[in-house]
Amino acid sequence: MGIWQAFRMAVKSIFSNKVRSFLTMLGVIIGVAAVITAVAFAQGSTKQITDRISQLGTELIQVNIFGRNTNRDLTWETLSEFASDNADVIAAVAPQVTGNMTVKAGRNSLSTTIRGTTYDYSVINSQGVSEGRYILDIDSDLRQKVAVIGSRIKDKLFENENPIGKTIKVGEQIFTVVGILEELEDGAENTKDDQIIIPVSTAQRITRNSAIRNYSFLATSPENVKEAMERISEFLTDVYGNENMFRVTNSAQMLDTLNSVTETMMTVLGGIAAISLLVGGIGIMNIMLVSVTERTREIGIRKAVGAKRRNILTQFLIEALLITGLGGAFGLIIGCTAIWGIGKAGLVPAVYSPLWMALSFGISLLVGVIFGMFPANKASKLDPIMALRHE
Amino acid sequence: MIKTEALSKHYHIGDTIVKALDNVTLHIPAHSFVSIVGPSGSGKSTLMNLLGCLDTPTSGRYLLDGMEVSNMSDNQLAEIRNRKIGFVFQGFNLVPKLTALENVELPLIYSGVSKKERRSLAAEALEKVGLTDRSSHLPSELSGGQQQRVAIARALVTRPPIILADEPTGNLDSHSGRDILKLFQKLHEMGNTIVLITHDEYIAGQAQRIIRILDGQIVDDVEVG
Repeated sequence: MGIWQAFRMAVKSIFSNKVRSFLTMLGVIIGVAAVITAVAFAQGSTKQITDRISQLGTELIQVNIFGRNTNRDLTWETLSEFASDNADVIAAVAPQVTGNMTVKAGRNSLSTTIRGTTYDYSVINSQGVSEGRYILDIDSDLRQKVAVIGSRIKDKLFENENPIGKTIKVGEQIFTVVGILEELEDGAENTKDDQIIIPVSTAQRITRNSAIRNYSFLATSPENVKEAMERISEFLTDVYGNENMFRVTNSAQMLDTLNSVTETMMTVLGGIAAISLLVGGIGIMNIMLVSVTERTREIGIRKAVGAKRRNILTQFLIEALLITGLGGAFGLIIGCTAIWGIGKAGLVPAVYSPLWMALSFGISLLVGVIFGMFPANKASKLDPIMALRHE
Repeated sequence: MIKTEALSKHYHIGDTIVKALDNVTLHIPAHSFVSIVGPSGSGKSTLMNLLGCLDTPTSGRYLLDGMEVSNMSDNQLAEIRNRKIGFVFQGFNLVPKLTALENVELPLIYSGVSKKERRSLAAEALEKVGLTDRSSHLPSELSGGQQQRVAIARALVTRPPIILADEPTGNLDSHSGRDILKLFQKLHEMGNTIVLITHDEYIAGQAQRIIRILDGQIVDDVEVG
């Protein structure tokens, strides 16, 4: 008796008991569908966050200052001096004063991010100008009311006109547009294309923020990030007298944290998957045992007309494999539909992981072999005389 | 064809040994029609299981078609049953989910015959028992007599040297029973070796030779007409 013949007999047996076979499969279907959907969800959201973080640049170090009267202790001059003293690890530093304000030009207006900084910010963020010029340090020294606008601002306020040399109203103040930022993110909302860069001193005045709480540092290389962060922390501890007044962070560090969170999440998912497939497997074993008892007489007949132990074992094992295989396939279809739906709904990007799909399908087949073995073995060992007498 | 020498089967029940079959020496030549008759508990079922290679003896020898089968493994016995023996049981023993034709095909599946050949051999066997028009029916759609004829077709399909029938008319009304006995007569005339096991003297009388068994031993062995 060939495998193909055993396969045909298994198909026949499964289809002659459709409802029962389906209910038996359900454990595997739910297990596989849940696993691949959950994995896709985890990978999708991780991808989303990773993309955001890596846009920030791995050599970028962010410094946040807490507490009041920060500028009494730390002036821009001392910080610049510290940076140039540590030029071996720090390539650039730029202060940041940000606020959200309404911007007007003619009849058009919109709300956007106003960022007060210095020329070095263009280096740190790798975003120069596509037209005109960036703000210069002298603008800051003279508290000039000049602005570099993002591509989204240009499109919304000036449409097809050339904005350079024209004026915009930020809050109550009139600014002259001197440049347009390079477009980096298709002019989308809440991106680097949706902001206005002005001199830091001017920003402090119009946002009524006398204190500078944020600084961006650029390390000379990714290898020097750690050293740079240590020196910055040391310097700031000296200035403030304790370590609780500031925070020094880096995007690579954030990625590491995120990766370890993802890893934990995947481990938990793997555990849940294992448990649900185990439960599905026990269900299959249970039904197969019932089926062996029900079909004792049939097994006796088959043995009487010449079926060997191996033939009976193969028949029941293939039945178990077919149930879990079909269950796994249905699970994959349902799971992929769910992933597609999640992607379509825009919750997280749809990520189809062939590895996890193959893995969960493979595990469901393995469950079939493991949990089908015991009933199949029991069936194959039945004594034909006893089996034929079974009512 | 069948040769047994001092064939015995003993069972241990608690401390006592039950001699279900005790020193049975028997010779059944080819093309004969033999009935083995005895009351229940006489050991005829044990003899049937041994002759049918469903069980192995405690001691003694059993030569089937010239082969020593008393020391064979389960797998070897399965192969012998498949090739050398056709069973007909009292309770028909058809697989309820399979059609008449598929039931007849069953022994051929285990001897590795191709699907196409199985179909034609099974159809041929069904024709011999006169059930060609019922080949796609399930057992539940057939009468007892018809079911037994399907079972006989299944026993014939591999052309085994021996057909073993255990109370083949036990579950049938007397009319269908007579039909089945006539069929056995016909099969015998066609050259088949038939061993019929029964407790019914009338049915036993249909054979050429009657072997009487009591308390695990042969007590009488006579040729009939």
